[in-house]
Amino acid sequence: MVKEEIPTKIHVEGLNFWFGSFQCLKNINLKVPQNRITAIMGPSGCGKSTFLRCLNRMNDFFPGARLTGRILLDGVDIYSEKVDPYELRKRIGMVFQKPNPLPKSIFENVAFGLKIHGIKDNIEARVEKALKDAALWDEVKDKLHKSAFELSGGQQQRLCIARCLALEPEVLLLDEPASALDPISTAKLEELLTELKEHLTIVIVTHNLQQAARVSDFTAFMYLGEIIEFGPTGEVFTKPKDLRTEKYLTGKFG
Amino acid sequence: MEKKTRLKRERLKEGLWFSSFKAIACGVVVFLFLFLLILVVKGAGSISWEFLTQVPKEGMTRGGILPAIIGTLWLGIGSVILAFPMGVALGIYLSYYASENLFTRILRLSINNLAGTPSIVFGLFGLAVFVKALGFGVSILSGILTLGLMVLPIIVRSTEEALRAVPKEFIEASFGLGATKFQTIWHVALPTAFGWILTGVILSLSRAAGETAPILFTAASFYMTRIPSSPFSETMALPFHIYALMTEGTNPEIHTKMAFGATLVLLFMVMCLSVLAIIERQRLRKWKKW
Repeated sequence: MVKEEIPTKIHVEGLNFWFGSFQCLKNINLKVPQNRITAIMGPSGCGKSTFLRCLNRMNDFFPGARLTGRILLDGVDIYSEKVDPYELRKRIGMVFQKPNPLPKSIFENVAFGLKIHGIKDNIEARVEKALKDAALWDEVKDKLHKSAFELSGGQQQRLCIARCLALEPEVLLLDEPASALDPISTAKLEELLTELKEHLTIVIVTHNLQQAARVSDFTAFMYLGEIIEFGPTGEVFTKPKDLRTEKYLTGKFG
Repeated sequence: MEKKTRLKRERLKEGLWFSSFKAIACGVVVFLFLFLLILVVKGAGSISWEFLTQVPKEGMTRGGILPAIIGTLWLGIGSVILAFPMGVALGIYLSYYASENLFTRILRLSINNLAGTPSIVFGLFGLAVFVKALGFGVSILSGILTLGLMVLPIIVRSTEEALRAVPKEFIEASFGLGATKFQTIWHVALPTAFGWILTGVILSLSRAAGETAPILFTAASFYMTRIPSSPFSETMALPFHIYALMTEGTNPEIHTKMAFGATLVLLFMVMCLSVLAIIERQRLRKWKKW
């Protein structure tokens, strides 16, 4: 399991989550290690995305959402009253399944987060740094003021990552970020994630097993709202402890 | 063999339906052209530089309709300027803030009813409230207030629909970066929806410019020899001017001609606004495709 020397960034304790009367997440316990990539895999509808959205309180916007248990970020419960959800989402960035740039220019997309958080100094330098960190700068530096929709799908997704990086987050959540991308864009994205983990903690939801195997250090397998198994990726993939994990990995369901 | 005849029958049926739809569509186009043609034939004769730039003279048998054109601009633009901020605010409230409760249902019901209220009722309401009770008299101001109320639901609805049509992805992107609801509405939803809201605004402007009944008792004056100078003065307005010429004209031959001329001017003004709306929408569509 998680080795002692890796500090825990996010500690999920006994998390239950409901939409109305339907319980999507059941007693989830998980320690997300710092500066590592943690993959969450599982069949469609198992609650992966819902779980991810609990981590930066994106589920707050749904009426009828209810949650028990605790999610500790550096030891502080993110659902406690001390934590401002807007500030929290600055610290924990999120990248969605479908690239979703805003209908603004490339520059404005990256500067948007800075603007809404009242950051006014060195905007241009910050935007440039974020685009460089997202390995996009060379491709867009000559058309910063063109519409973000002129970029390819893979570029748009890296723009969405740059948009988060501009806020200097501690955690990056990615919800099947490559599902709408071609193989080359996917490879670029995965390479980028591996570079980014030097500076931040990454949680990636995927139903692409190869992707989980390629990029992640730790893997959690979710099934029907529960975490069935969690451990170093190599172990989960080669010697799964639970029969259901093994079945999923060998394509018997999912 | 049997299958073949059935197929033939189905094809014939489809052809019949399709042709009848097409015939209806052609009919509409033909009707519109006839409509325009008749108006142009009857009205074009009275359009002249004098007609557009002079005040009426000699019992409206000579001179032009400038006060009515100016009055219509006053009323149309004034009522939209009044209704625009209120309508957009209500649209935002309904699409982002209102929770489904009794108050929201009553609010929605009120707006729907307001939209369906006959315009003459607005006219009487304006007379009772703005002209009499508040003492604004028969004036541009009373007319603007009455027309503003009338077009309010159009603006509320188009704002609400435009905001609802903003892709969910944009909203999530904004929230995901830690924006508040207000920031998301202000920086993302409104700019995205703006083209559609503007379309609603332009449509309501042409509606306000073209209505007769609401200004009948609140703003309109039959015959003025000068251009209205303040919001507290009465004004001529094109739709009412047409009505008045046709019903109270003392010299039918001249007045009918003038009425058709004024109709043509009104139609032209309203059409310009519609074209503006179409151009604006095209422009936004080209610029922001998603």
